[in-house]
Amino acid sequence: MKSRGTVENLQSWLPKVKHSSLSGWSVFWVLLLLPAFVWAQDAATQAMSVEYRDIPWIGSRNLVWIVAQQHLLLAGFVLGVPIFAWICEIVGWRSKEPRYDKLAKEFTKLLTSAYATTALFGGILLFLLIGLYPKLMAYLSDVFFPSFIAYCILFLLETATLYIYWYGWDALQGNKKGLHIFLGFLLNLFALGIMIVPNSWATFQASPVVLGDGTAIERAWTAMQNPTWWPVNIHRLIANVVLGGFICGAYAGVRYLLAQTKEEKDHYDWMGYVGNFIGVFGMLPLPFAGYWLMREVYQYNQQMGITLMGGFLAWLFILQAMLIGVLFLGANYYFWMGIAYRIPGSAQSYKRPILAMLVVLMVCLGVWMTPHSLVASLAEAQLMGGTHHPLLGVFGVMSAKMTVSNLMILVTFMSFIMYWRAGKQETAAWAKVAKAVMGALLAIGGIAVVVLGVWGYFVPAIIRINYFSVAQVLIVLFIMVTFTPLTALLMKSAKTTTEMVWGQMPIRAGYALVLNAVMVILLMSLMGYARSSSRVHWHIYGVMRDTSEYAYSPALGYAAAFMSLNTFLFCLLVSFIFWVATMGDKVKKGPEQGQAAEDPTKISGGVTPAMAGGAPRVGEETLKI
Amino acid sequence: MKNPLAKAGILLVGMYVFLKFILPQFTAPLPASLIFLYLALTFAASTIFFTMSGAGLEDFMGPVGRFLTGEGQSGIAGTARILVFLVFPLLVGWQTYTKLAPSDAPPAENRTIHPAPPGEFVGLANPFPKTQDNIMMGKGLYAAFCSPCHGANFDGKGPAAPGFNPPPANFSDPGTIAQLQEAYLFWRIKKGGVGLPIEGMPWKSAMPRWEFELPDDWIWKIIMGEYDGAHQSPRTWEEEEEE
Repeated sequence: MKSRGTVENLQSWLPKVKHSSLSGWSVFWVLLLLPAFVWAQDAATQAMSVEYRDIPWIGSRNLVWIVAQQHLLLAGFVLGVPIFAWICEIVGWRSKEPRYDKLAKEFTKLLTSAYATTALFGGILLFLLIGLYPKLMAYLSDVFFPSFIAYCILFLLETATLYIYWYGWDALQGNKKGLHIFLGFLLNLFALGIMIVPNSWATFQASPVVLGDGTAIERAWTAMQNPTWWPVNIHRLIANVVLGGFICGAYAGVRYLLAQTKEEKDHYDWMGYVGNFIGVFGMLPLPFAGYWLMREVYQYNQQMGITLMGGFLAWLFILQAMLIGVLFLGANYYFWMGIAYRIPGSAQSYKRPILAMLVVLMVCLGVWMTPHSLVASLAEAQLMGGTHHPLLGVFGVMSAKMTVSNLMILVTFMSFIMYWRAGKQETAAWAKVAKAVMGALLAIGGIAVVVLGVWGYFVPAIIRINYFSVAQVLIVLFIMVTFTPLTALLMKSAKTTTEMVWGQMPIRAGYALVLNAVMVILLMSLMGYARSSSRVHWHIYGVMRDTSEYAYSPALGYAAAFMSLNTFLFCLLVSFIFWVATMGDKVKKGPEQGQAAEDPTKISGGVTPAMAGGAPRVGEETLKI
Repeated sequence: MKNPLAKAGILLVGMYVFLKFILPQFTAPLPASLIFLYLALTFAASTIFFTMSGAGLEDFMGPVGRFLTGEGQSGIAGTARILVFLVFPLLVGWQTYTKLAPSDAPPAENRTIHPAPPGEFVGLANPFPKTQDNIMMGKGLYAAFCSPCHGANFDGKGPAAPGFNPPPANFSDPGTIAQLQEAYLFWRIKKGGVGLPIEGMPWKSAMPRWEFELPDDWIWKIIMGEYDGAHQSPRTWEEEEEE
């Protein structure tokens, strides 16, 4: 209305202008264009006042949910795989086993296409956020602009390093290998930066801090150092390793199922083992990192902590227990099948310890999955005297959950140790003493974890959280860091009584690997939703309220459907990336690509016999370093 | 018995009998959802253990496969197979009918016991020092206003408790007030069941809205008396606060 009135006024002016003079023409054009400026100004004012835009049918929140989840999962993959590849490259370099180098290269090849896809989704997400949530993005840009610049620089450095790392792989061999390893280090360093900078934006939304006066850089830095930033950084870093490992395992599992030749079977069986190994080892410290994150959330804001752990999102943690349980079971099942199939004749002799470990795992999982408030009908609740069962209700609180998660980690670690020792006979004179010490440590450690867990019910929460839970974690870590070198020393001089045979695993082992990867993706989707939903109706918790039509938390079933959809879409994307990256292999199948190890049965001790899944054979007692 | 399938079947039946009939002899009966969960875990454990090796897989799944395909099934086994094929769909139909048929029974619920408190109650601290006088006063107020439902022993077994479903909270249970900060209790006492947020639906709480009856000072002292009487400590983040 205002602009129309202005135009009418201008039209009434126009006849008064002398057209013959230059100045007159100038005035004429200025006046002619003036309405455009006014309209533009109005449009700009209108645009500035837009808080939200929507997308028909699917809705802006759902679209952002899907795109953000795909971007985050791809980012996890793109950041996890370089860690995985770099570790493999170092192992190959130190052990002088070329198959590790080939494995690392095979996965780095995926990075180039995966990296582009991740950046593509990142770009789409950015456009969507700017378009659909302009007010929020304006606020975040105001706070974080200096970090945007840092992010761009890191992105450029990461891209350049990735290109040199990948295209320089063959050129930087031999005495230049150290330089290539250093490039891998830089790649992971920049990747870490790329991860933690955006983490600060997301964690600021969940746990904002007071921004005082100061320069733009000071304000951004203050905002970045919010209470949940580092817990999320550490949690995501470890989770990315797990994702990278299990996706490698799934890839190997699928290729193993499709393998036509013995060489292919051997190679992909071994690759599946390495993927599972790295995934499991990443998974072991993950619950500790998650516990730290939740502790920080509770400490930051009781309301948010209760929403997550005691409120309407608490059921997500029962789902989480189920998914983690399946993951632990899948990883152990794979280890146990490895003993039965790769070490002929071992199945019977390890039956009892496997049964014992399975029982402990299942009991722990049962405790972990038991909710505090049970799903019960009215009649059942009346019989129980409420929704808390008088006996089993005690399993529903953190003391029980922490205890069983520690025990499950311990069992999984012991599964790996058993696998490592299977088919070998210790020859060291001190072997009996070492085994007795390890047995005693395991028993004492296990009992101590349980005692602390039970004791935790009878002490103030702060004592349990600050001391008992930490002590439980330290006990398990102590066992892990004691057993690993001790077993390595034992295996250094051990003799192989039964040769490990690759390529003999049953097809269900391949499916177990795929299942593990799907579980990890589902878990990341689930916990991503939990973290994001804990803000409830706030864009920035307690600072900027969500006033859109989507300012409500979706029902858990609805959310679960989206998590499943996101998992499915991500699996499709990863399959596409794998397909594209390996397309050329089918044409130029040669000695370098997709082929078997030189001789899979010749597994020397190397620097990491555990990872290689072998030990020196009889008579081969020295480490090759 | 050497047949793994039979072993797994016996294990499942044994677990069901234990959970459904034996355990309730010592404690309250378990809800169906929990029994189902534990049976599912038992089944998963059996499957994992018996399919670890090739021979185990054959022993475990072989009979199932032969039963389904009819391979070597004759005589009584053949008749049993046909009976199973007839009865199984009927069982599925019956189960579907019982799940979907209209009923006046309320559905099983996953109630949110600890909805998040409103922002204005977050971070509040008890303004009164933990002195013997304050504790005793809190216990006295508790006896007057709270014990009829929550019990003189802080165990949720007051004389009025049987009239409520769900029953009043048992404060001596380490899973209740010991998991919460004092500010949370302050909110629940002050605002009562009607003050629960929407995420706490269904609002199954008969807790009165005490803000009209009790001044804030009294509420804080009652909280102090509750923790002391139930031999619990509130959740805190600073150890100094314990002293």
